[in-house]
Amino acid sequence: MVLSIARKELKSMFASPMGWIILALLMFAFGTYYLNGVNNYFEVMSGAIRPAERYGVTQFVGQTVYGVASFIMLFAVPLLSMRLISEERRSQTMPFLFSAPLSLSEIVIGKFLGLVIFLAILVGYIALMLSTLNIWSDIDFGYIIANSVGLLLLVASFSALGLYFSSLTSQPIVAGILSFIALFVLMILDRFFAGDPTNIMSQLSLMKHFQSFAGGLIDTADIAYFALFIITFLTLTIRRLDADRLRG
Amino acid sequence: MDNLTVEAIELTRLYGGRAAVSDVSFSLAKGQVLGFLGPNGAGKSTTMKMLTGNLAPSAGSVKICGIDMMENPKEAKALIGYLPEMRPLYKEFTVDEYLTIAARLHKVPGKHIKKAVESAKARCGLTHMSKRLIENLSNGYQQRVGIAQAIIHNPMVVILDEPTVGLDPIQIRDIRALIKEIGQEHSVIVSTHILPEVEMVCDHVQIIDKGKLVFNGGIDVLKRQRVGNKLMLGFRNPPTEAALLQISGVAEVEQVDGMMRVRFAEGSTPHEAIVEASVKQGWGLYQIAPDQTSLEDVFVQLTYQEAAPVEEKAA
Repeated sequence: MVLSIARKELKSMFASPMGWIILALLMFAFGTYYLNGVNNYFEVMSGAIRPAERYGVTQFVGQTVYGVASFIMLFAVPLLSMRLISEERRSQTMPFLFSAPLSLSEIVIGKFLGLVIFLAILVGYIALMLSTLNIWSDIDFGYIIANSVGLLLLVASFSALGLYFSSLTSQPIVAGILSFIALFVLMILDRFFAGDPTNIMSQLSLMKHFQSFAGGLIDTADIAYFALFIITFLTLTIRRLDADRLRG
Repeated sequence: MDNLTVEAIELTRLYGGRAAVSDVSFSLAKGQVLGFLGPNGAGKSTTMKMLTGNLAPSAGSVKICGIDMMENPKEAKALIGYLPEMRPLYKEFTVDEYLTIAARLHKVPGKHIKKAVESAKARCGLTHMSKRLIENLSNGYQQRVGIAQAIIHNPMVVILDEPTVGLDPIQIRDIRALIKEIGQEHSVIVSTHILPEVEMVCDHVQIIDKGKLVFNGGIDVLKRQRVGNKLMLGFRNPPTEAALLQISGVAEVEQVDGMMRVRFAEGSTPHEAIVEASVKQGWGLYQIAPDQTSLEDVFVQLTYQEAAPVEEKAA
């Protein structure tokens, strides 16, 4: 049942040109950064004389691409997630889901999954693109896998938060702007507390937890953080929809 | 009792202390079509939302085929097809895509989905619209898609909130026929404020006003109230009222713009006597017809009277 909802969401994303256009634009952006990375590699590395300054092509290009990907997703995910529930509210299609034999959790998780699958296409595309480096070089697949897992968890967290903000209002634009602001604050939270790295608040920052994945390290503590983040916002969304049913 | 498909037990819904629906109880058996009548804001849609689990009642409970909506919402919802007042259509899909999604969400088994979609389309006259985007369909066709969505999983109970709004007369006739057809095997609840429609398709009527049930009974009870015991008479040489009152059975005479309205006592049939007297005394009778109170009048009577609710159980 969760999959039926996810399928419906995916279908509706691809029913209009919007889904395709967003995919194409993002892939274009990632591709550009990938090319730049490859071009710059030789310039930078030929300038690096001491061996300690030299590092692999995977890391060099990967850093560029994943760095820009996490930043672009910050804009892309709110754009995609804002319509998930608020659009249904506005066009009054919620009763269609509410009167079907589905629980609220199935509806919410299905919608979340639909968006994550869409974004996973992009994550997979980036991984594939970086893997092509293997044709003329010997690359570090572990680095790519860790980054892919990290990026997927990051965009899944974005989606969960976006889904929650989408459930708060019947204006998709409002939902989009709110989730963008919230995500932006969460991303750069650790910069505010840069002087005091042990501060609890900096631990809440999404970027801080993405950092270890970006370095090629899969840390269970960070996975737990993202999992909790996702569960929290999905639960809040379910509660919000339940309140609809109770309060009307 | 196992024949009951819908049971609403003392349904109450409060909105910030104001009762939108209070203490509504009724039940519906298999093969019945229930008409739900009421002025705007009476609580029709609220009641329907509660019946379909879209809204939690403040008090009371709903049972669908004996399954409690609060305790087992999934099982209960699987037995219901619901078309809300605002059609819940995803306009970016084609008719086929939308109905397939509807079938899948209502747990129609994978291999039957195609058949279910085809038969729902055929029943609602949508077959030639299969590949069209819902957005581009006319209002009437969109409404049909809404109804198709509600019957696609062959539910025990079909709940339609104002299904004929915005349709042309031919479509309205088709939809009514469809409602009757569904009503033979399943239960149907239709809300409307088009009164003749109720007479045509429903065999049970409920009138709700200000959140309270003011009438609950068979359509024949309502019709009987309607026919009444009055005659409209037209005379070329009108007699005096006293002369008419002398005819046995005539209880009251009233002048109504050139015609006379005669009320006769319960059980008596003074029709022949009036005609006879007219011929004998040369009153020049040119019209004699039963004076029907329209359904509208009955409706107004029921919803605007201050008196206690009329509770009439159908035979």
